[in-house]
This record gives sequence, structure tokens and C-alpha cells, in this order.
Amino acid sequence: MSDEKNPVPLRSRPLLRELMIFGVVSFVLLISLAIAPSKNYFSDWRHHQNTFLKMASQRQNGTLVRSFQGGIHQTWIPKLGVVDRCETCHVNMTGALEGSYSQPYRKHPPIPHNLDEFGCTVCHRGQGVATSVEGAHYASESWEQPLLPARYLESGCGQCHLGEMEGTPRLNEGRQLLANMGCVHCHNVTQPDGNILKPTDDPPLLTRIAEKTTREWIYAWIKNPQAYAAQATMPNFSLSDQDAADISAFLISQSNPSTTSADETSLPAAKADASGVDKKATEAATLYGASFCSSCHAVQNAAGNLVGGTVGPELTRVGTKVNPAWLQRWLSNPPEYDPVTRMPHYRFDGKQLALLQGFLLAKKDDDFLPKAPLPAASGESIARGKKLVTEDGCAACHQINGVKAPQNFAPSLARVGSRALAQVVFAPGMKHTLPDYLAGKIRDPRSFGPGLKMPKFTLTDQQMDSLTTALLAQSDRAAGMPQEMIISAARTTDYHAGGDAGRLMEDLKCLSCHMINGNGGDMAPELTREGSSVQRAWLEEFLKNPNTLRPALIRRMPKFNLTPAETKILSDYILGAYQAPGFDSATLDQSKLNADAASRGKQLFYSKYGCQSCHIADYKNDKGYVGPALTSVGRRLTPVWTYKWLKDPATLRPRTLMPNFGLKDDEARDLTAFLMTLKAAQGGGK
Amino acid sequence: MKRLQITIIAMAVLIAGCKQSATPALQPAKYGAKITEVGGSKQVAQVGSGLAQPVVVQVNGADGNPVVGALVAFHGEGVQFNPAQALTDASGQVTAAVQLGFNAGDYQIVAETPKSGGSSDSLTLHETALGYEQTLGQAVNAKYCIRCHDNESTPERVSNFDNLSPAPHLFTDGATLNRVSDADLTSLIAHGGAALGKSPQMPAYSSTLKPAEIKAVVAYMRTVADPPYQAPGVKYGK
Repeated sequence: MSDEKNPVPLRSRPLLRELMIFGVVSFVLLISLAIAPSKNYFSDWRHHQNTFLKMASQRQNGTLVRSFQGGIHQTWIPKLGVVDRCETCHVNMTGALEGSYSQPYRKHPPIPHNLDEFGCTVCHRGQGVATSVEGAHYASESWEQPLLPARYLESGCGQCHLGEMEGTPRLNEGRQLLANMGCVHCHNVTQPDGNILKPTDDPPLLTRIAEKTTREWIYAWIKNPQAYAAQATMPNFSLSDQDAADISAFLISQSNPSTTSADETSLPAAKADASGVDKKATEAATLYGASFCSSCHAVQNAAGNLVGGTVGPELTRVGTKVNPAWLQRWLSNPPEYDPVTRMPHYRFDGKQLALLQGFLLAKKDDDFLPKAPLPAASGESIARGKKLVTEDGCAACHQINGVKAPQNFAPSLARVGSRALAQVVFAPGMKHTLPDYLAGKIRDPRSFGPGLKMPKFTLTDQQMDSLTTALLAQSDRAAGMPQEMIISAARTTDYHAGGDAGRLMEDLKCLSCHMINGNGGDMAPELTREGSSVQRAWLEEFLKNPNTLRPALIRRMPKFNLTPAETKILSDYILGAYQAPGFDSATLDQSKLNADAASRGKQLFYSKYGCQSCHIADYKNDKGYVGPALTSVGRRLTPVWTYKWLKDPATLRPRTLMPNFGLKDDEARDLTAFLMTLKAAQGGGK
Repeated sequence: MKRLQITIIAMAVLIAGCKQSATPALQPAKYGAKITEVGGSKQVAQVGSGLAQPVVVQVNGADGNPVVGALVAFHGEGVQFNPAQALTDASGQVTAAVQLGFNAGDYQIVAETPKSGGSSDSLTLHETALGYEQTLGQAVNAKYCIRCHDNESTPERVSNFDNLSPAPHLFTDGATLNRVSDADLTSLIAHGGAALGKSPQMPAYSSTLKPAEIKAVVAYMRTVADPPYQAPGVKYGK
């Protein structure tokens, strides 16, 4: 109330000072109010959209300009957790504006998915919600969400697709390497569907190693495995001379006592026999070739190239490694030494064994062995060797007496593709990104600091890229993917045949090369439906004396020298057990396979479908080298199989090259009739 | 006066320092006359990845003998080289690892060497990058097409090329295949040679391959074509 009584006199005009303050404050307020709209106005994306519209109007593309909607373009896919605004700048993803432009106006190259269904960051990574160029792609080193370099892009596919695909060679190779280079012996790689990658390599058991080789060889091998076999999957542990001497001492000492008696070691071939040495060498090389050892084992040729398969170990220097008596026992019956080996039990006779043994022992390279004698294996040395073997985790791969396989020996890689950079220790001098970290770990694991245990693997640059790709697929996003989006790998089974035939097939290691009911190798044809496919007489003859069906293929099934009884057991089992549904006498009316049909079939074979471009039906005129020769197919295949095969080959053997010609029923029947007339003696006419 | 002197000296030191910190340009020890390819062109790799074999070039003098210590610099749009420039080694050669860019298609690599007169000699090599579609096409090609459409034989995969008459077209035969439209190639693959008045030796693949796979094979053929394929229609670009 007192204010009313003593009113402060009102001034009609403000002071100059007050005006100035008011002016400055208003100006600052206006400027700060203008920051937001101007930031928006001068934003990267507005610039890119305007440039795009300018280009579109220059191309007289009025419809495109009129229908263009400016502003932020956002793709929101809740179930994938995708909020991507990439198409705000990348406005021409669908290629609506034709022509080739640099980014951000490039059309997205063709991919099998619809961009709206998956968004961008699922495959490319980066920060989807960002609306500045820097924020979306990268900001600085150690940025948690940078764009993925293009060479690792297939890792995006691998988040849902857990099996092999034709369009992703890097990812496929990376996963194969994870399983085959021994990574998964130590690391856990659980895929988003819960499948744990299993090793596909076959590290030898070391419980009987003293029978097989010497301490000197073990010493040289563990120091540098690749010096013995260039493609050895055993990594290099960078062992010192002392370490290697101690480990070799321990490995010999833990080995079970040898069961080889002295008299077994004397062999006919081992005796010096001056006469016919050359002849023996030729004979031995022929036997090595005819037994198709090279399908699994490689040998370095004169030019230094490895020739042969990678299923078994390289044999270039095998004479330096193996104990002659062990080699003889191994060749005569491999599963007896190692029940899970992939090497079949060839039924070699004494002479053949001696020939092969001499042939292999001659493959020597004594430069590989240590020059100076190793220090004697003292108790102290053996104890230290055991400690090293335990610490280095040798038992994660190998079976060793007295050393248990370590559990959780190495970090899990189940989510390594999203490892937070804050938890990562980088090697000095490397770029601080996750792909660079993974690639660096694979390239040289021990460069990351002293005391690290991961050994160094021998890999090509491309293999390292592939491994990095496969590891980047193990991301948090993949782990959280809705289960209906996950496409699991084809599961392998642990099928094994039963009964006497099963025991025989186990002995011959059929599954090392043939796939049966989801278990086995891929070197030879799948046998799951073999009983429906072939005729008994042919099968028995083939088992006795395997010959190749394909005129240009050198590789074939080796001859196992089976007894007639064994042949019968196998044929009975294959013809009885490996039958497929839909292959019975009701499937095809065989009375219609007459001469008329055969002559129509011959027309179809040569004129309409040009089958002779891949197959040989008549050695005089046909030259096709791709498919099996058909000169005696009437003796080999059953009519029902032939008919169904012609109609749809890929359902019977998914990996076949034979195209599906879309034959009508009567065409397939006529062709079958013609093929069944081809009954030349096997290999006849050639 | 003294202050001015100090400022001048400081400025001079600063400028000298700046000069040193800039990347030092390699100085050629010698000059060649001609640059030639030793190996590494016409490779195929996936986008963004390294070529399996390095690019090797050789610098020869006017007398045709290799020159040691000549400077070779590599350029290529979107392509990374390691090293990007180097002096020729004892055999007159430079070897560089090459990483292709992110776009599928043909890449040109230029290797350049300065000549003594101030001019330079250059060499252009071509490499091919495969995107997803071309990679899928390559896989389909390797499974189905290659046995007849590739004349290279290995013991594991004997070529059927020489057994066929008329001979199939190699996919690299750009001179012929570039003139066939995408639509015609697609129907040839889908419906076979006989349906289009060509040799019946070319089977119909419409029941074997999916449309996307046939499209991918065509895309792959276009990428490996030599001379390079140019898509028809108006060419815009920025």
C-alpha cells in the first residue's frame, strides 16, 4: 500500500544505457532463435535433396520432381530395431533418376531383399538415426557405430543366413575356416539359432605318438609346422628352443608304450635289393596313383606346387617323420591305430605294403630335423614340458595322456561382431575400429601384448578377410534377430550304418567321401538313394573293381581289394537300405519301354535336347566330356531311377550339374527306353 | 628492431618445419622410357576387396633394358594401392597390392613413370569388381556354364569347349556378346538354343535356375566382357 502513497515517478523515456542492453539482449535472443532453423536450412541433407532435384529437372524429369517429397525420410522397422534415415540423403536408392552418379545419388546395386523390409544399417552398420554425413558414417576413431568397409559386407547376410549361400563366398569361406583351422576347438562360436560351430579338422591323438615318430621330429614340427607341410593347420606357437625341447620330451614320455615288436620291422622292401630298384620305384608310384592317395594327400612336385587333396596330411617329407614299423602297421590298418581317422582300411597285401612303405619313406628331407642333438629328456624337462602343454592348451585339440582338455580356454566369439571398443585393447599403431581389431588379431595375435596365448595361424590375406567377415556376422543384432528370420544351416546328422555292413563301412571309411543320410564328405556322390539307382550286377562289379564313369575325370574310388563275401554284404545293404520313396514298380510302366519308344528317345537325345554335348552314348561319334559316359547305362541304372532322374535331377542329387529340361512324361519315358538299350560292356569301345 | 628479427627467424623456422612435415615426394634416381606390364591385370575380385595377385610393372630404358630406381606412380578412381608410388627394384620392377573400390564394374589402373624430358609414359590396366549380383552370377557360372563356355582345362574340371560344334561363346567375348541384348541373353539361357534358332547343345535352364540366378549370370557376363560392356540408352552422370 505504501507504494501507492509514495509512487515512484514514471519516466516517459528509458535511459540510453537501458536501450542498449535491451537491444543487445534482443539481438542475442534473435540470433539464438535463428540458430535452429538455419542449422536445419543449411543441413547436409537439404543440400543433397536440392542438388538431386536440380539434377532431376535438368534431365526433364518433371514427374520425379513433382512427386518428390522433401524432408527427413525414415525407415522404421520395430522388430529389427531399425531406425534409418539414410534415404534422406541417398535419395536415388531405387534408381528413379536414371544414370550413373556418385554418392549419395547412386542407385543401390541389386540385392535379393527389399530395402524397405530391412533398412540399411542391418547390413552396412553406421548410425541410422543421424542426419549429418559425419554422424551417419563415422565421427572419429573409436566411433562405436562406423560404417562397415565394403570388403566385410557379407557379414550382414550372415546375421540371418547361417548356412552356405552361393552369393556369399567370403562368408562361406570364413565359416569353413573357423571350423577347419581349429578356431572352434578353443573359442565358442554359437550362432543365433543356438547351433555351436563344430570343428571339422581332425587333430591327431598324441597318446601313442612315440610309436609314430621321433622326439626330434616333434621338436622341429612344433617350432614351425609350416616348414614341414605348407598347408598345415597347426598354428605356430613361437616356441623357444628350450620350450620345444621340453614339450617334445613330455610328449614322448606321456605316450603309451609301443606295442610294435622288433621282428615286425623287418620287411622285404627294407632289405637292400640292388636289382630292380627302378622297377620297384615305378611300381610303387603306380600303386600310390592307383590307390588314389592323392585324392586326400598332397605332395610337393618338382616345381614346388602342392598337388593333391587336403583331407589328409601333406606327404612331401613323410619319410622324415614316421617310424618305418609304425608306417607299415598304419598302412595295413589305420582304424586300428586311430578309430576315428578318415583314412580307409585298404586291404593291401604284403608286397603292396612293402612297396608303399618304401615309396613313402623315400620322401625324406632331413634338413627339417634339428641339426644339433636335443638335450636329454630329464625329469625336470618333462615336468616343464607338461606345464607348457597345459598352459598352451594343446589338449584343446589333441588327446594327450595326463592332460585334460581345458574348458572355456579362450573367449567366446558368439557376439564378437559387436564387441564394444571400450573393452578392446588395440595393438600399437593400428586403426581403432572393430574390423581392424579382428583382422589384426587373426593376422598376428601376439603383437597385442606380452603373455597372450593365441598362436599365429598361417593364412592368406583373403582368408583373413573371410574370417573377419564370418566373425563380424556374430553380432548383437544377429543374436537378437526374431527367430522366424533366422535361416539355419543344413544340419549334419551323426548317421552311421548298422550291422555287419555298418562295421565294414566304418572300416572302409565310406563316409569320408560319400554323404549318406546327412552325414559324410562331399568328395564322392551321395549314396542316400543309391539302392534305387543302380542294378545289382553293376554294383557288385563296381565294388570289386571300381572304374570311373566320367571320361575326363582322373579321380575315382580306390580299389579296396574286398573279398566276395564283403562285396555281397555291402551290395545287399546298399540295395536294401538306401532305397527312396517313389521308386517302385508302380512308378513307371516298363512294358512301354519298347523299340518304338527307344527310337523316339534316340531322336530326342541327339536332335531335340543335344544330350551328346555333355554325354557319350556312342564312343564313335559323341564327344561330350561333362557328364558320365552312357555307353553301358542300361546295365548300370534302373529304369525307374533313369526316368525320375531325367524329369528332375536336382531333387535326387542337389549338387548335380545336369539341368532340368522340363521333360514331359512321355519324353522322359522314351529317353529312358533309349538309354536302357545302351548295354556295351563296361568301358567297351574306348 | 630485435623483436622483428626474432619474428622473422621464428617465421622462417615455422615455414621450414611445415615443408618438412609435408609428405616427401619420391625422387627418381633414374629415368626410363617405357613402362610395361609384368602381371596383375584382368583380375576379378569382389567390391572393396584386394586382388589375389599384386600388380607388377616394369620400367625399361630406351635401349629396352630394365631401369633400376625409376619412379612409378599408380592412380585409379576409387582404387587403393600399397605402395601408391615406388622406385623400381633391382630387376626394374614395382609390385603393388591393389584394393578395388565399392562400385561393381570395370576399374582402370594407370601406372605412370616420368621420362627424362619432363614428359611421362603411362600404362592402363583393367580390373573387374563384382557386386552381390555378379558374385552370385560367378557362382552359377562356375557350377553350370564354365564347363562349356570356358576353354581352360584343369585335371579336376576338363573343358568341354573343344568338343562342341558350333563352339560356345566365351563369356569374355565382348565383341560378340555385347551386341546381344539382356532380354535375348535371358531367353537364350531360360529357353535354350533350339528355341531361339541356335544350337540345341545349349540346354534350357528355366526349370533349373531361378529368374534371379539367370539375371545374375547375365550381370556377370556383362562385367567380365572384354571389350567392356556399355549399357544401352541415354548416359547421364555427374
